[in-house]
Amino acid sequence: MLEVKQLAASVNGNAILKGIDLQVNEGEVHAIMGPNGSGKSTLAQVLAGHEAYEVDPSSRVNFLGADLLELPAEERARAGLFLAFQYPVEIPGVTNAHFLRAAMNEIRVSRGMEELDAMDFEDLLREKMELINIDPGFAKRFVNFGFSGGEKKRNEILQLAVMEPRLAILDETDSGLDIDALRIVSDGVNKLRTPTRAFILVTHYQRLLSYIVPDFVHVLYKGRIVKSGGKDLALELEERGYDWLKEDAAELVEA
Amino acid sequence: MSSVPGELETAQYEGTRVERSNREVAEIANREYKWGWSTDIESETIPKGLNEDIVRLISLKKAEPDWMTEWRLKAYRHWVQSSEPDWANVRYDEPDFQDISYYSAPKQRPAVKSLDEVDPKLLETFEKLGIPLEEQKRMAGVAVDAVFDSVSVATTHREILAKKGIIFCPISEAIREHPELVQKYLGSVVPRSDNFYASLNSAVFSDGSFVYVPKGVKCPMDLSTYFRINAADTGQFERTLIIADEGAEVNYLEGCTAPRRDENQLHAAVVELVAHANATIRYSTVQNWYAGDHEGKGGIFNFVTKRGKCLGDNSRISWTQVETGSAITWKYPSCLLMGDNSVGEFYSVALTRNHQQADTGTKMIHLGRNTRSTIIAKTISAGQSNSSYRGLVRIMPKALNARNYTQCDSLLIGDRCGAHTFPYIDVRNKTASTEHEASTSKISEDQLFYCQSRGIGPENAISMVVNGFCKEVFDHLPMEFAVEATKLLSISLEGSVG
Repeated sequence: MLEVKQLAASVNGNAILKGIDLQVNEGEVHAIMGPNGSGKSTLAQVLAGHEAYEVDPSSRVNFLGADLLELPAEERARAGLFLAFQYPVEIPGVTNAHFLRAAMNEIRVSRGMEELDAMDFEDLLREKMELINIDPGFAKRFVNFGFSGGEKKRNEILQLAVMEPRLAILDETDSGLDIDALRIVSDGVNKLRTPTRAFILVTHYQRLLSYIVPDFVHVLYKGRIVKSGGKDLALELEERGYDWLKEDAAELVEA
Repeated sequence: MSSVPGELETAQYEGTRVERSNREVAEIANREYKWGWSTDIESETIPKGLNEDIVRLISLKKAEPDWMTEWRLKAYRHWVQSSEPDWANVRYDEPDFQDISYYSAPKQRPAVKSLDEVDPKLLETFEKLGIPLEEQKRMAGVAVDAVFDSVSVATTHREILAKKGIIFCPISEAIREHPELVQKYLGSVVPRSDNFYASLNSAVFSDGSFVYVPKGVKCPMDLSTYFRINAADTGQFERTLIIADEGAEVNYLEGCTAPRRDENQLHAAVVELVAHANATIRYSTVQNWYAGDHEGKGGIFNFVTKRGKCLGDNSRISWTQVETGSAITWKYPSCLLMGDNSVGEFYSVALTRNHQQADTGTKMIHLGRNTRSTIIAKTISAGQSNSSYRGLVRIMPKALNARNYTQCDSLLIGDRCGAHTFPYIDVRNKTASTEHEASTSKISEDQLFYCQSRGIGPENAISMVVNGFCKEVFDHLPMEFAVEATKLLSISLEGSVG
């Protein structure tokens, strides 16, 4: 579903991603781990289409048959890509319900479907909120405005549930969450796993992966994937830290 | 829409998206002003220029009593001696006051007794503006006074209102039919000598609406005046006077548009509100005069004096305005809080784009005890426009326990526009409490990207953020006006709605 080849990107002339290869198939959960500053969040943002990054013209990303890098962010979302933000953005005066309905209807229209009216949307929203245990009060609150850190992250998962993407990228969704919030968020994600929906979890810690068990783990270091493996790799990282990989990576970089 | 990676090669983090939204705003700016057409109708327009004879001529045309002619002449004599205010944060060439015609009216206007006698072209004009006047098409809950250039052409629902003792008619008619009320209140809130434009208006005003709601009556429907400038080289000088007697309540709505013309046209209105004890007046405006083209050519000069007097105890005056039009706006709807426990409110959204300039705000003068005022002003600037909030809160020595809350928020779209805040706070009583909060923000890259990552295109994203920003003010508009205002902002900012 997602095929990334030699993805390189920089910001203000500083190279951050230096040639990423990644293949994600339907139903798979991939974890991208790595120390701070390795380029994890950049990878998430570049895939979602943030314009601050300059993508190397030789990079290729195919998403469900489309050349992803040619599409502006909103068309990537309409194609079925979703990014749960590390720092969800506040939009004062716009209710969650209004925001989500506008988003959903733009996507529906782009696919030649009819817009959902307010009543139908309300039903759908209520159903999704029940599914992932979200307080119905969220619907009427302004998008992320005055939300606690944990509420913001849960709101991202609610959006994920409503938008029903084919591929969801979760950027450090676990950061800043206490253990209870982490469990709620993880339960939500697990309920949203389907045989056709894939996930990329960007995370610093192994902790999240005890709740959402990945099929693959990749270690990103200095803009490159220096090691890939199964879920056990995450446990090994938890035990040994990143340093042993850094040594390997140094050889890799020099080679 | 393009976001080809190659295009971003030299772009800075702050630069790209803002430039893109600048481009979009520029594209939008080139869109047609939807109300820019004019009606081809034979008009009687008096010669250009202003002197005592012109003032007498206007008074004569309106068949006014002598006291009114005298009143106008006094105003004129004051105007001649005063000079244009120059303290506002706007730049323009001073209008040539001798190159304007001060009166223009559609010809063959009979003393209209029923709408059947109104020129169909006029009815068509208002229908095209979305203000149907004919009996069967009228809006049920709103009575409308339609003002075309210098005269009122029709006022709907008058009979229903008359049954409750409510007077709703053109002010020219009130001068003839209800002289005792007009003489008592005209100029009692905005004196003839108040300021340059108020004096000019007092000398030459031609029409506008008059409302009187008697004691204890709650007006059963919203009252509304729709102002349309049509003729070229004329100015519109309307005068509105609204009186709510003890315990009365009235909601008044005002809308306005003008044709697209290359020359600037002058609009200098005066609005006076009087609220007696326990009375409430809510005055809402959606101002959408022609704003000039994308190069700043043409557009209305909107120099307006609006003021309300909370005369009695427990009275309340609330101003809500959505200002999106005019080349220049100079306007400060204000409240004189004289009665004890009286309340003044000002809720404003001012949007400027292209080369528009707005200097708008309010004055809250606390005179009575326990008086309260609230000011919420939202300013949105796009393109190369400049928008200023200017507000005065004055608490006089006898105003024990007066309270004011002021909140001014500015939103910038792009990097070539400006927003300015000029708050004046003058407190002369120790028991007073005033609060002032101000913020300036840009529509952030992050907000746009967040919306886009949810599938919302950048134009709709800007519109959504702006509407959210204005929500606190829109909440104070009557339902249909709020819908209208949201649409107007969307048209101004994205063009795809409406």
